[in-house]
Amino acid sequence: MKKRVVITGLGVAAPNAVGLKNFETAIKEGKSGIRFHQELEDLKFGCQIGGKPEISQEKLEEYFTPLQLRGLNSSGIIYGVISGTDAWKDAGLTIDPGDDPDWDTGIIFGTGILGVDKFREAIHLIDAGNTRRLGSTSVIQTMASGISAYLGGILGCGNQVTTNSSACTTGTEALLMGFERIQSGKAKRMLVGSCSDHGPYIWGGFDAMRILPANYNRDPEKASRPMSATAAGFVPGSGAGALVLEELESAKARGASIYAEVLGGEVNSGGQRGGGSMTAANSDAVIRCIEGAIVNSGISAKEIDVINGHLTATNRDGAEIENWVSALNLKNGNFPYINSLKGMTGHCLSASGSIECVASVLQLKKGFIFGNVNCEDIHPEIAKLIASEKIPLKAIEKPFDIIAKASFGFGDVNAVVVFRRFEDSLTR
Amino acid sequence: MSDKELLEKLKNIVTPYVQDKEGLENFDENTDFLNDLKINSANLVDVVLDVEDEFNIEIDNDSMNDMLSVLDAKKIIQLKLAGK
Repeated sequence: MKKRVVITGLGVAAPNAVGLKNFETAIKEGKSGIRFHQELEDLKFGCQIGGKPEISQEKLEEYFTPLQLRGLNSSGIIYGVISGTDAWKDAGLTIDPGDDPDWDTGIIFGTGILGVDKFREAIHLIDAGNTRRLGSTSVIQTMASGISAYLGGILGCGNQVTTNSSACTTGTEALLMGFERIQSGKAKRMLVGSCSDHGPYIWGGFDAMRILPANYNRDPEKASRPMSATAAGFVPGSGAGALVLEELESAKARGASIYAEVLGGEVNSGGQRGGGSMTAANSDAVIRCIEGAIVNSGISAKEIDVINGHLTATNRDGAEIENWVSALNLKNGNFPYINSLKGMTGHCLSASGSIECVASVLQLKKGFIFGNVNCEDIHPEIAKLIASEKIPLKAIEKPFDIIAKASFGFGDVNAVVVFRRFEDSLTR
Repeated sequence: MSDKELLEKLKNIVTPYVQDKEGLENFDENTDFLNDLKINSANLVDVVLDVEDEFNIEIDNDSMNDMLSVLDAKKIIQLKLAGK
């Protein structure tokens, strides 16, 4: 008998808000976190805007000891630790300083690349023949699993503690990996999520590929335009999102407040065949991934009320919508509501999946559908497929039951997860 | 520099790494970094780098390995300062 898995804690450090309450307000209001960065202009970037969570020194001192803060120069770790610790506390869990770890709780916290600013420091020292001056934290701040290692130590987790990496699907994949671990009875709780560093050394490669908008540097809040006819590329972002997944019986036993149930999901790859490539999705794979998630969740396509898409604001948005229409076999007015968080946050890369899962679960729990920022001019290809009222521009208050969240990434990899409003009496 | 000044500077340097604050109250020449202050052994390299910065000296690898107590550190610092 597979265990039922629910969500009992959320945490987020997003470009438009840090902390759950702030984030809920921000996404209801359509608040943008995209800003101009002088540093990017100085470095002659085409796209000089981006999304970075704003973290004060006081905030840092809340989450890190003075020793941890010495030489800390890994923005992914900062965002990941803040969101992960917040999710833990939000779940009503405490941090036990005793000798025994919590054997039943694990962590899967992904990233694309970690600690690039720290790595840059190290490279400069090494190239100057000064390797001996690196200090003791160069490794732990730049190893990919640094984020799960930091969280594992802070929270004292004794189950599997690891980091996954699958480009922009990372966060959604982490959630599904943690889900499967609990479902199979190997853990009672899994802190899942993902983070992404910020800054020129993360974003430069994308700028060089000419897939970021270069024409909004003086109007940053208008730059990220998912599903819009004037979408000009994705705006790079950063941050972290975290969720505590928990076996239903464990959550009930400790009287935890439940946000939603994870019904199931699917991950796959298009194998970079059939129209798929390193950077583009094989549509057949995307369709199979959506269909698989629906089957694994034990629902039918028409039960999906809301879709939180990947929808990055590139010319691929139309193809994504086409794939949803094919997979669900629903179109026009029968298509579910759909939205993209990226209009507000930009594309937070390896953090996008987890930040957007947090946004999806919040919508489900609080009964609203956030608006699609900068989508006043729906792309004609998209307008042909789905009714415009299914792409709300402003948040609407509307209780609903099921939301599907998708993330797609470089390497032609896909992940789709299905969340349902929690009701004890409903079984899978 | 007097012994007292040197010890005071050393105490300030190691303070952020100390995990047993009681050990810090009895800080003197006999204090052992690992046993009395419970400094994580991985942080000893950071203590050495901070000592280098504070006294503007360079501590070679052999001396680094020997620097396990306040007395060790004092001797090494004085030796390096004298050799400048």
